[in-house]
Amino acid sequence: MYIHDEFDRTFLKERVAEFRDQVARRLSGELTEEEFKMLRLMNGVYLQLHAYMLRVCIPYGTLASKQLRALARVARRYDKGYGHFTTRQNIQFNWIKLAELPDAMAELAEVGIHGIQTSGNCIRNTTTDAFAGAAPDEIEDPRLYAEVIRQWSTLHPEFTYLPRKFKIAISAATHDRAAIRVHDVGLRLHKKDGRTGFEVMVGGGLGRTPYIGQTIREFLPKEDLLTYLEAILRTYNLGGRRDNIYKARIKILVHDLGAEAFGKLVEEEWAKIKDGALKLDEAGLAAIRAHFHTPDLPALPEKPAVLADALKDPAFARWHAQSVTAHKVPGHAIVTLSLKPVGGPPGDCTADQMDAIADLADAYSHGEVRVAHEQNLVFPHVRQQDLPALWGKLEALGVATPNVGLVTDIISCPGLDYCALANTRSIPIAQQITERFADPERIADIGLLHVNISGCINACGHHHVGHIGILGVEKKDQEFFQITLGGKGNAKARLGELIGPAIPETEVVDVVERLVDTYLSLRTGPGETFIAAVERLGVEPFKDSAYAPR
Amino acid sequence: MTSPLQRKLKISGPTVITANRLADGAVVWLANDGRWAETLTRANVVTTSEEALRLLDIAHGDEREAVGAYPAAVALAKDGTPQPATLREKIRSSGPTIAFQATA
Repeated sequence: MYIHDEFDRTFLKERVAEFRDQVARRLSGELTEEEFKMLRLMNGVYLQLHAYMLRVCIPYGTLASKQLRALARVARRYDKGYGHFTTRQNIQFNWIKLAELPDAMAELAEVGIHGIQTSGNCIRNTTTDAFAGAAPDEIEDPRLYAEVIRQWSTLHPEFTYLPRKFKIAISAATHDRAAIRVHDVGLRLHKKDGRTGFEVMVGGGLGRTPYIGQTIREFLPKEDLLTYLEAILRTYNLGGRRDNIYKARIKILVHDLGAEAFGKLVEEEWAKIKDGALKLDEAGLAAIRAHFHTPDLPALPEKPAVLADALKDPAFARWHAQSVTAHKVPGHAIVTLSLKPVGGPPGDCTADQMDAIADLADAYSHGEVRVAHEQNLVFPHVRQQDLPALWGKLEALGVATPNVGLVTDIISCPGLDYCALANTRSIPIAQQITERFADPERIADIGLLHVNISGCINACGHHHVGHIGILGVEKKDQEFFQITLGGKGNAKARLGELIGPAIPETEVVDVVERLVDTYLSLRTGPGETFIAAVERLGVEPFKDSAYAPR
Repeated sequence: MTSPLQRKLKISGPTVITANRLADGAVVWLANDGRWAETLTRANVVTTSEEALRLLDIAHGDEREAVGAYPAAVALAKDGTPQPATLREKIRSSGPTIAFQATA
């Protein structure tokens, strides 16, 4: 993980002091709400349905155990004892009082975390692979570049008032676990002729106008990362629309101009600045790399006897099959902690759980925890011989549901239960689905299936890229849901296809079950996943079953 | 001809003014005494656009106590007590429909 230096610590302390003064002036009436709103948003503070919400940035999804304990303290002291992990690797606290926000922020600043640039029309938290630094299929740890971007984009004076928010994601692995093609800029680290560089995609995004990002440069040498990003941002900042909030994202500009024309403008701008001060050199990268604490893992025997014995237990084997992923170092594993218990709100984690997970991270994962964009947590460095013992402890905490990647591993926005923008609730739909599909053997048989739920067209639940996407729409104060099929957010990203008219809230779980049953009846065998079956068959047979008269 | 400066507010039934309290964001309603109440049952219910506009002016003039004031339609119980008229206002009034800390 990245170890902050004195510059970072001083900056955060000063920022908290500044915000404390702003809050005091707002409460005294010296600042109007209009004056204050922008200031609070720049610190990640929203006003939601019932209370203020603080969104805390977790840079590239990497948390030290002491940072997770600080999040637990904030949840306990200033909130209602829990937090909600989001699809952008952040955490949200839903019940914080304005007057107490500076104290909460001061506690977070002590461990180097904050809410800066988690809102507003600026460059947001750069996200990446939750398995970064541990995955066997990556060519390099992408967090180094995410940190480079963090340093460049934090309080960047030119890009603090963009036409709209701006999200960057990086992947350095064969498998895209960061959904880079549905970000404003997606960066895929790869090698060409022995050199490391990025494929650069722009204009991806979900929301009311979803687009898959388009490649404007197949290979960008890594030393040119910041100059090229600067050229993209400058082109967008000048050309992006500011007259219509719904048409202000870069995806609209890229779509209107065409990716080729947009790319040409970027290249022209880049030609002017490519050899400027932002060009990266090996010494600069090495200095940032030196701030990352990477555990030195010794190679150990694969599948040690204690693991082989434990795998004879069907319950452990089920969890292992879903939650344990191969590590790049022999004898180690990556473990995903499911925050999707049956009947629970997806992504929620209590303060007690956070503390206990931090303790387990110290004991089993070199003090490191990751936040996955699927709203789960990850232990990146676990010895295989420790897996049986760890499983028992995770089970006791309620974070070992064997459903990672399965139908109940649902991505869901907070929906109308919390969000001021939502049209419908999302979490209750997710809860109903997890209850209907509570049988672990059944969901294992169904296999890989991503269900994503959004409570409004802003698509925070990424419904467009769910294998089954569920979008809430309100009609005459009744909750209805549109169903899309065939979306996916990976390297071959695709938007789901709407299968028909919206259905009432009471029918959603039945329809999801009918879609699953249709898949089970039509698949060529257990080896054909739900999404593969949809791609082979098209949506028609699923549509027929979903809307069949009952 | 209507002046462009003339404000319009069309309401079609019993209406209250609601907002979020500045200090903690809690949902509040403008009561008969001109103060912000924590329960909808204490809200001042009006039925004309003029009355609603007058209350909205009071609310907007009091940004030290509450922010984001807007008119919300209500239904009236048999005894005249206001009830939320929409799901959104029900949730604002009663809190999330899901249990907290379900993962504990």
